[in-house]
Parts: sequence; structure tokens; C-alpha cells
Amino acid sequence: MGMTLTEKILAKASRRSVVQPGENIWVDVDVLMTHDVCGPGTIGVFKREFGADAKVWDSEKIVLIPDHYIFTADERANRNVDILRDFAKEQGIKYFYDISDRADFKANPDYKGVCHIALAQEGHTRPGEVLFGTDSHTCNAGAFGQFATGIGNTDAGFIMGTGKLLIKVPATMRFVLNGEMPDYLLAKDLILQIIGDISVAGATYRTMEFAGETIQNLTMEERMTLCNMAIEAGGKNGTIAADQTTFDYVQARTNKPFEAVYTDPDAQFYSDRAYDVSQLEPVVAQPHSPDNRALARECRDVKIDRVYIGSCTGGKTEDFIHAARILKGHNVKVPTYLVPATQKVYEDLFTQKYEGQTLSEIFLASGCIEPAAPSCAACLGGPKDTFGRMNTPEVCVSTTNRNFPGRMGEKTAQIYLASPYTAAASALTGYVTDPREFLS
Amino acid sequence: MSKVIRGVVFVVDDNIDTDQIIPAEYLTLVPSKPDEYEKLGSYAMVGLPDRYGKFIAAGEIKTSYPIIIAGENFGCGSSREHAPIALGACGVKVVVAQSYARIFFRNCAATGELYPWESIERLCEEFETGQEVSVDFDRNQIINHTLGKVYDLKPIGEVGPVIDAGGIFAYARQTGMISR
Ligand code: SF4
Repeated sequence: MGMTLTEKILAKASRRSVVQPGENIWVDVDVLMTHDVCGPGTIGVFKREFGADAKVWDSEKIVLIPDHYIFTADERANRNVDILRDFAKEQGIKYFYDISDRADFKANPDYKGVCHIALAQEGHTRPGEVLFGTDSHTCNAGAFGQFATGIGNTDAGFIMGTGKLLIKVPATMRFVLNGEMPDYLLAKDLILQIIGDISVAGATYRTMEFAGETIQNLTMEERMTLCNMAIEAGGKNGTIAADQTTFDYVQARTNKPFEAVYTDPDAQFYSDRAYDVSQLEPVVAQPHSPDNRALARECRDVKIDRVYIGSCTGGKTEDFIHAARILKGHNVKVPTYLVPATQKVYEDLFTQKYEGQTLSEIFLASGCIEPAAPSCAACLGGPKDTFGRMNTPEVCVSTTNRNFPGRMGEKTAQIYLASPYTAAASALTGYVTDPREFLS
Repeated sequence: MSKVIRGVVFVVDDNIDTDQIIPAEYLTLVPSKPDEYEKLGSYAMVGLPDRYGKFIAAGEIKTSYPIIIAGENFGCGSSREHAPIALGACGVKVVVAQSYARIFFRNCAATGELYPWESIERLCEEFETGQEVSVDFDRNQIINHTLGKVYDLKPIGEVGPVIDAGGIFAYARQTGMISR
């Protein structure tokens, strides 16, 4: 019997020829990522369990990325980055993307920003590999044809000491997307559509595999947007088969060898769904759940107070290019916050052009707030002084990934999740707006 | 050895996510530090909408509800282990939900902080906060003493012994999977 991409990766990582959904197996880990929020706790577990003088299993396979609570005066948050730094030094961790000068992030050449995008941009996401991260959106890396999922501190502490983890093989739900992508749709619309169909628990314990010609035509960044939100459907991981687009992206960033694997034609799926994307329209997820889907045009009477463009889901370079396409030559009606995911994305805002102007020129001319320093910022609320945090019960259209109560700060604030097109169009009207109004 | 956990329940409905269990602003607390562990517990469930009432009384750091009853997909959202830990730290022993988000369920076992039982019926609509219940581990049952009714639970399965041991490290040592 054939295997899916995920089953093949897990079979290889457990040194077996075959694995089946539901089996508990020990897997060898290729990369363990942790950040400033869960890293200190992971390190604490590691030291408690393996001893104060213990050494990590492999100093080149652990990636430490401070990104969550960086530009804050909160002392404990700052201390947590210090804990990562001390640990990196003590253990000789090769990949630690440090920030020490918080006043000017540009003075920190090693600092990257949001972990999932930094992992991809620094070449740590490779087809066929097993990646665990202490962050639920680690599933982002499934876009590269690898197995990637989020875990807690205790499991991460276990990996730090042993390089292994006991996991259950997930069954795979396949989503086949065909048809030409309409000019007004983005990957964010596709994933919000799917989550609306299967619910926030629709893929619990399972893999979401995205396939079909529409997927093959997506860029790496758009593929990441899809896989990033597998967790919002409860999925263990998301996957997309590696192809030339993947190889080009990865090989431009690392020379580490990798081996791509593919779903067999006779693989078994838990479920199989097909979409004709040419029939889809721009959608939003209404408060307070990512599966509370509505057509953007049906929400035209929802008055909004602000727009937020950022995060691992919606703060990549292409997300800003998409926003710029809508904003160019118009003025925003509500405060519009821009948070590039990483330092590289930040630089792109000042160098990449859309129709002759840099992205940042377009944003400033349209009245957006100046792009902030790269980090998770208000995607998850954070300390009270976090940039863009919702501190009052306002209404926000956001390119982020979650809108449960309190996700961006104040628990009565209302978050509409949307694509960068829809977010930008909404900024221009002050209401939730279908981007087709500005794309004629 | 028979095991029964008895106490007063706190009832919530579907999709209680990790931001409601422990809001992100408290994630600077590092759970492996004992004083911060206790503090984390004192913020458990403060992200819940006000209509649920207070999970921890003003001025207290522990809850008077050792058992939580929930609907579908309890613990969805982030992978933060701070969520089961905050619940365990403030005195929760058991959650009985219709279903769990994967990472939360896993983190309950990994940390050994609390037992994630699954109900067969939708208890969050039958039970009310403040009722007295017992969870009987041998019979896979929950007894609502206030209502005088007994409900079957799904067997806790392979995570039960892991939590009994105190989490994956203790379990891995007990069973010889890791040394020391
Ligand atoms: S940007 Fe948001 S979703 Fe992404 S890693 Fe940061 S907090 Fe998590």
C-alpha cells in the first residue's frame, strides 16, 4: 500500500520502511526551533531533566530565534532573551539570531524577526526533513515538503537532550485545488475558505496536504500562508509537495543536502476534497473564530477602527506587495499598522518597487503608519506597550491568523482575519471591503 | 488502587483557546522557575469572557474549581505549554471536554499537569458551574452529585499512565526509555 508524503518522511525518520496512521513512533529530529517565549522554559526543562552541565544533542540542529516580545520595556521579556543568549553561548549553538540593541533593530545584523519566516529565509526549512518548534505555526514549513509541527516546552526539552521524540503518525486529509486563481484572490482566501468548510477542529490530529495545479502555481510565500494556518483547523501539520519552485528557494539559501519525498498514487487519505478556485470569492473570518467565515462583500457595513498587516501569516514581502497594489494612489481612512515579519522583509519595503515606487513610499503616501520593527508585535497581543496592540474594544481587519477573544490584546476587541488585498481595501474605506472595489 | 477526584466544577463551552486559558501578556513567565510557575497559575483563565464569572477569586492564587467541564476543541490555538501548566499550577486536576486540540492534549501528558478526559455527551450544556462532581478513573465515569446523575467517559488510554508518572520524563525513566 502506498504512503503519503507525511508518512514517508516519518517512516524515514523512524528508520522503518512503512508507517501507518495511528502508530506511535520515535522519530529522529532534523531541526528544533525555539523562541524567546518558550525557549527559557524549554531550557529550564532540559537542565532540570538532563542536569545543569548537560550538553544539547546537536548544537547545529537547534535554532534559537527571539521574535515575540522584543521591543518592549517589560523586564521579564528582556530577561528571556538574555536567557537564550547565555544558553547559546554556553552550548555553542550555531544558529542564534540575537538582538542586543533594542533601540535600533538595524544595529543587530543577526536579528531576523518572526521565527517561521526567518527559518525559511535562512535555509532551515528543507524538503523531506523533520522540524519541531515550540510554536504552533511551525506547520508553516510544511510548504517546503517537510514534516513540521508545534510542540510544548517539555517535549522540546526532551528533544534538546536526545534528538528524538515519540509521536503519533497522523492520517492525511487531502485538499486538491484546481482552476486559475482569480486576480483578486490570495492564498489567505483559500485557507480561510477551507477552515470555514471543515471548522477549527476539522483537521485535529491530522495532516492537511494541499495539492493540485493551483498550488503548483503558487509562490513559496503563498504556499507558506496556506500551510501556516493548518493549525487553525486543528491540523498537526500541513504539506505541499516540493517542486522546482521549492528547490529554487531552498538552494538559494542553503547548500545542505536534502531528499524530497512524494505521496504515492495509491496512498490512503482520511478524506479528499476538491476545489475549483476560479469560483471562490474574497472571504474574511469574523470574530471570534478563524472558521467564522463570511464573504468580504457581505460585511460591507462593518465599520472598522484599524487595519493590521503583519505576522508570519500576512507580513511577508509579497503580502506587502499585495497591500501596496491596492493602496497605491489612495488614502487610508483608519490607522493602518504595518509590521514586517523579518528584517529582510523590512529591507524589502524600502527596495522593492511596485509600479515605480518603493513599497514604503506607497504606504507613507497613502497615510499608513510607518513600518514597525520586525517581530510578532500585536499578532498575539503581548505586553501592554506592544506596537499595534488592541488596548480598547475596537474593530480591526488583520492579515494575522487568529481572532479568538483577546488574541490581539483586549478581549472584547473584534478581529476580522483577511487577505492583504482585503485588509488594504478595508483600510481605504473604513469598512470591511471586498478588494474588487479597487481592482477594476 | 481506586482513584476518584471529587470537587466543584467550572463550566465553559467550545473552542476555549490558549489565549483565554493564559493570555499572551503573561507568557513572559517561565514555567520551569518555581515562583513564576505559581504566578502563572494565578492568571489561569483570566482571558475568558466575563460572562463565565471568576475562575480564581480576587486576591487568591488558587482556584476553588479542581475540575473543568468543556465542549469541543478545548485548548486550541497556540502550542504554549503555559496553558496546561497554568491550570495545573492553580489547582486544576481534571478537564472533562468533548474534544481537545492536539497540542494541548499532548502537553497535558508531557507535563503531567492534569488529566484530559473526554466525555461522550455534551456535558457543558447539562452541568453548571458550582455543581459537585466526582471523576471515577476506574469506571471511566463522571458523577454529578448535584444532579444525581452518572455519565460515561471515554477511556483515558495511553496518556493515563504517563500523567500518573508525572509526565514524559518520569514515564520514560520508569519504563527504561531513557536512563537516570
Ligand atoms: S507572528 Fe503571530 S502567529 Fe506568527 S509566530 Fe509570531 S505570534 Fe505566532
